[in-house]
Amino acid sequence: MRSNAAEYDLIAPGTLDGVLAAMAEHPGALTPLAGGTELMVALGAGRLLQKSFVSLGGLKELRFLDDSNPEVLRIGAGTTFTDLRRSEVIAREFSLIAQTASWTGSLANQNRGTLGGNIANASPAADTPPALLAYDAAIELISVRGVRTLPYGEFHLGYKKTALAADELVFAVRLPRRFAGYTQWVRKVGTRNAQAISKIAIAGLTRVEDGVLYDIRLGAASLRDRPVRLTAVEAAVEGHTVTDETIRAARAALVGEVAPIDDIRSTAKYRVAVAQNLVEEFLRIV
Amino acid sequence: MNPEPEQIVGTSSLRKEGAAKVLGEAKYVDDLSLPDMWFGATVRSKIARGRIVSIKFGEGIDWSEFVVVTAKDIPGTNTIVHLIQDHPCLAEEFVNHPEEPILLLAHPDRARLPQAVAAVKIEYEPWPAVFTIEESERMDPIVWGEDNTFKSYVMEKGHVDSVWDDAAFIVEGEYRTGAQEQLYIENNGCIAEYSEEEGVTVHGSLQCPYYLHHALMVAFNLPEDKCRVIQTETGGAFGGKEDFPSVIGTHAALLAKKAGRPVKICYDRGEDMAATTKRHPSRTRHKTAVSRDGKLLGGEIEFAIDGGAYSTLSPVVLSRGTIHAAGAYLWPHLRIRAKAMATNVPPHGAFRGFGAPQSLFALERHMDKIAAVVGITPEELRRRNFLHTGDATATGQIVKDPIDMNAMLTRALEASDYHAKTARFAEENRTSTIKRGIGFASFFHGAGFTGSGERRLNSLVKLEVNPEGRVVILVSSTEFGQGTNTILCQVAAQALRVPYEEILIAQPDTKRVPNSGPTVASRTAMIVGRLVERACESLVQTLRTDAELPDGYSAAEFRSAALQYLGMHGVLHASARYEPASEIFWDDENYRGDAYPAFAWAVYVAEVAVDMTTYAATCTNFWALQEVGKVLHPVMAAGQIEGGVAQGIGYALYEKCVWKEGAMANNQMTNYIMPTSADLPPIHVLFEEIPSIHGAFGAKGIGELPMDGPAPAILNAIEAATGIAFNECPLLPEDIFEAMTGRDGGSEDLDPAVAGPVFSGSTS
Amino acid sequence: MATQKIAFTLNGNGTQVDAPPMRRLLDVLREDLHLTGTKEGCGEGECGSCAVVMNGELVNSCLVPIAQTQGAVLCTIEGVATSEGMHGIQKCFLQRGGAQCGICTPGMILATTQLLARYPEPTEDQIREGLAGNLCRCTGYMRIFESVRAAAEDARL
Repeated sequence: MRSNAAEYDLIAPGTLDGVLAAMAEHPGALTPLAGGTELMVALGAGRLLQKSFVSLGGLKELRFLDDSNPEVLRIGAGTTFTDLRRSEVIAREFSLIAQTASWTGSLANQNRGTLGGNIANASPAADTPPALLAYDAAIELISVRGVRTLPYGEFHLGYKKTALAADELVFAVRLPRRFAGYTQWVRKVGTRNAQAISKIAIAGLTRVEDGVLYDIRLGAASLRDRPVRLTAVEAAVEGHTVTDETIRAARAALVGEVAPIDDIRSTAKYRVAVAQNLVEEFLRIV
Repeated sequence: MNPEPEQIVGTSSLRKEGAAKVLGEAKYVDDLSLPDMWFGATVRSKIARGRIVSIKFGEGIDWSEFVVVTAKDIPGTNTIVHLIQDHPCLAEEFVNHPEEPILLLAHPDRARLPQAVAAVKIEYEPWPAVFTIEESERMDPIVWGEDNTFKSYVMEKGHVDSVWDDAAFIVEGEYRTGAQEQLYIENNGCIAEYSEEEGVTVHGSLQCPYYLHHALMVAFNLPEDKCRVIQTETGGAFGGKEDFPSVIGTHAALLAKKAGRPVKICYDRGEDMAATTKRHPSRTRHKTAVSRDGKLLGGEIEFAIDGGAYSTLSPVVLSRGTIHAAGAYLWPHLRIRAKAMATNVPPHGAFRGFGAPQSLFALERHMDKIAAVVGITPEELRRRNFLHTGDATATGQIVKDPIDMNAMLTRALEASDYHAKTARFAEENRTSTIKRGIGFASFFHGAGFTGSGERRLNSLVKLEVNPEGRVVILVSSTEFGQGTNTILCQVAAQALRVPYEEILIAQPDTKRVPNSGPTVASRTAMIVGRLVERACESLVQTLRTDAELPDGYSAAEFRSAALQYLGMHGVLHASARYEPASEIFWDDENYRGDAYPAFAWAVYVAEVAVDMTTYAATCTNFWALQEVGKVLHPVMAAGQIEGGVAQGIGYALYEKCVWKEGAMANNQMTNYIMPTSADLPPIHVLFEEIPSIHGAFGAKGIGELPMDGPAPAILNAIEAATGIAFNECPLLPEDIFEAMTGRDGGSEDLDPAVAGPVFSGSTS
Repeated sequence: MATQKIAFTLNGNGTQVDAPPMRRLLDVLREDLHLTGTKEGCGEGECGSCAVVMNGELVNSCLVPIAQTQGAVLCTIEGVATSEGMHGIQKCFLQRGGAQCGICTPGMILATTQLLARYPEPTEDQIREGLAGNLCRCTGYMRIFESVRAAAEDARL
């Protein structure tokens, strides 16, 4: 344990309004802390630079799964990965999220980690964002000034940079409920079978009519400085059937739109090659 | 007629200290506190090699609250003694590896130490350093001694120079293994006390109380009775707490002396991984002369290990690796040149297997290569070359065990359905994106100290009977999960014919227990167990002679005789000192003779699946067959094999140390990949038992054996699956990718400077 | 910075501590409340040896700031055995070789309580997944799985 906990402060207003008011008072002065599975690791390692935190723990206003609207499923930012795994509507309509949630750390960390925290932490390796991108998610951001909604693809601005204003929280993720009948697939490649940070992960959705792929959507982790849609690959495949030629075009398209790195877990060349293989695997199962 | 004594040995008695463990009541060192105790921390070198120019105590810290220890505070010799005295306790002017300890701090508030450590500003004049065996061999710079070589051996059998001309095949190969972190779940830690009257006392997580005891004597210049070491419940060790506690224990003791109060030092995971010992990396080169029909005619083996910055145990690791390099085969002629090289990384140390996993990895991979060159199966090659009873090993030791390795191999291959799977996988692989393979390794492992080592250790075991008439075993052998407490109590219970539950074993405390040798080298059941057996025999004899213990006595009669004796004499002891069971001839100069009192023999079979989409290999099934003499405790013995196989699988496929300028860059559990329960295959354990004359009730050693087989078996299987010979472990998907596709991007390209998105953006 | 009064139920007893709000639950348990059964193996939520049960869920106590335990119901290894003695899971770990060095054992046993609560007749995969967040370096997991299966079996009888 390399930090002195006595040097840190955490307030817990207990209501969402209280939290937002506190964050608005001195924007940027308070860092939200939800499940702690990211920030407390930094604390233990002596690498937590901020000193003042506001707790999102136990906020009922953030922890919900609202399926009352037949067009849009709203998932509260305080929903834990365990909540996601246990949700029937997610299992039925957004099965990729049930899978990615099951890959996120251990059960103990899934019980505490939240979807909003995972998104706000903005790691390019996070497991669920590729599925959110594939599912055409939108994200609701909230502050004392109200709620604004953006396409999730516009939320990540760069490496660990997001569109959140200093006084804003992730409020909810909105998922359009329009993927019934789509082929859905996701695969993560990690350093081992459980408790692994991804080397690459790709989520794929597509509608197939008479063998032709429509509305193909591919989300990817660990291939750029943020989770991304593989738009060049999508363009190479959209409106085509799956042939050796489309697979070749898809593989080639991928190379140009990714920029993976060599890091302590894997190498750039490996990541590109395996990403290509994953894309091919998806296309072949379609 | 005497009633048959209850059979205790060979059954699975309840773990002696098990109840406390499952209740969460067992006290490990960080669970303990002493009155007025402070906490200690270590200020360490940030460079690999160079001169310390200045040390400044930075702003923002009230240094008057801290106790600071430097090399100048060392009362005796500034060294941690292992075999020689080249290892400084604290660096004075020069540093030779990242994380080298320079000074020590103590403070009453544990939470204040990390910032204080960070506030000590040390300026260095960096010097060139070496980080690999190859760099060390170039001797530019020389970082240790005259030629960067801690130790070298030449071991010869016959006249190998004569074999090449007659060889139908000459097969060469080079094989490498990486460092491996022991990763005991309990980090290194200790609590030290000092007083003028008592001297130094250290309580700690450790394997060898008398090693630390010796280290304290030298560093403090104190006599034997003024140093005391007490082992606390130890949460895993695997060799990583064999020599390293001498370092942390001496450090805590220095702080305790200067602070005038007890001091606890417990490392966190990052420090433990970065600063303590690991398995020696190795490079082995084989050149083998083989006859047309696949008989080994002779070979030259060059075996090199990377010892890190100081000699520590490298000469002994080298020794064991050298002796095992020729494996379980008959070599008519052989030359092994072995050396341990100095590099500027934290000193490497003991890890289960101690050199043998390294050289056996190379040999068992090389045997499969020889088979391919000769054009026979890996199985057939082994059958044509196994040692048999009466053959001479590479050191000229005559195999006395009635071991039949051919039968062992048959049994292992049958149990794993090896032949059918080999055929089936070959067929399925043609069209599957998951390539499957099955491979095996056949090997042995010497138990006990090499040659005359056990005689030098001169181990002593004592028994005493307490006021309730119960026997207490006094040994310095430690429990750290492998079952020492249980098996020694089983042996005593059976030898004395009293219930297992009646036997006690004392906490290893050098003030109380004799030196029964270190808890290493798979020697406890065999050597120490046998001594416990003999001490029990001696105790019974005493009671027969002096307390009218009848023949065929019951447990109640034993106790009453013991109490009677105690009543008359006040104390009741027995002891036994090591005597070899047979003559052991060992020539330490030429490495010829009886290397080990006993060998355990094994054949391990691994099944793998290699996913062509991700290039990842996983071990999907595993069979471990071994002959280990008498199995004293079936559940624990199987547990030892399973745990060792798991570590071997990690060694083969997951556990890569990523280095940056001599420092371990992936010193966190997130980035040092140990298999989880979701990664390991079913592990099937099978035993053959041929009782040995050396061990208690015929036991031989088993603790380290399971480390030797998995990595070569797995890489042999991967070759079967993919057709590619991989000769380095750990073997990562990136390496398989690189070999399969002919593109760069193997694990040599991992960038240690980029830890990736582990911490949030709010971190440095 | 200031400390806060945090009140929670621990092993059935109402408990209150006065601590900096970001102090780790693990440190409060071990150092302030002297319950040393919960262990620190890594400090980064990877090894599971610090696992406790919080509001009916397994959590890594090295990652929980004490302020977030306000009003919580906590169970540590010290609360697993009852006044009648060892829990069935503990007995099985003891009898089946599920504990070797014992340092992972408290977390492993708590993970098992939660696993069996959710899946009283767990499959092999459910056991592997249920325990994947608890690292054991000694056993190779085989006897831990056996202990879990035995405990599930015993609970059924």
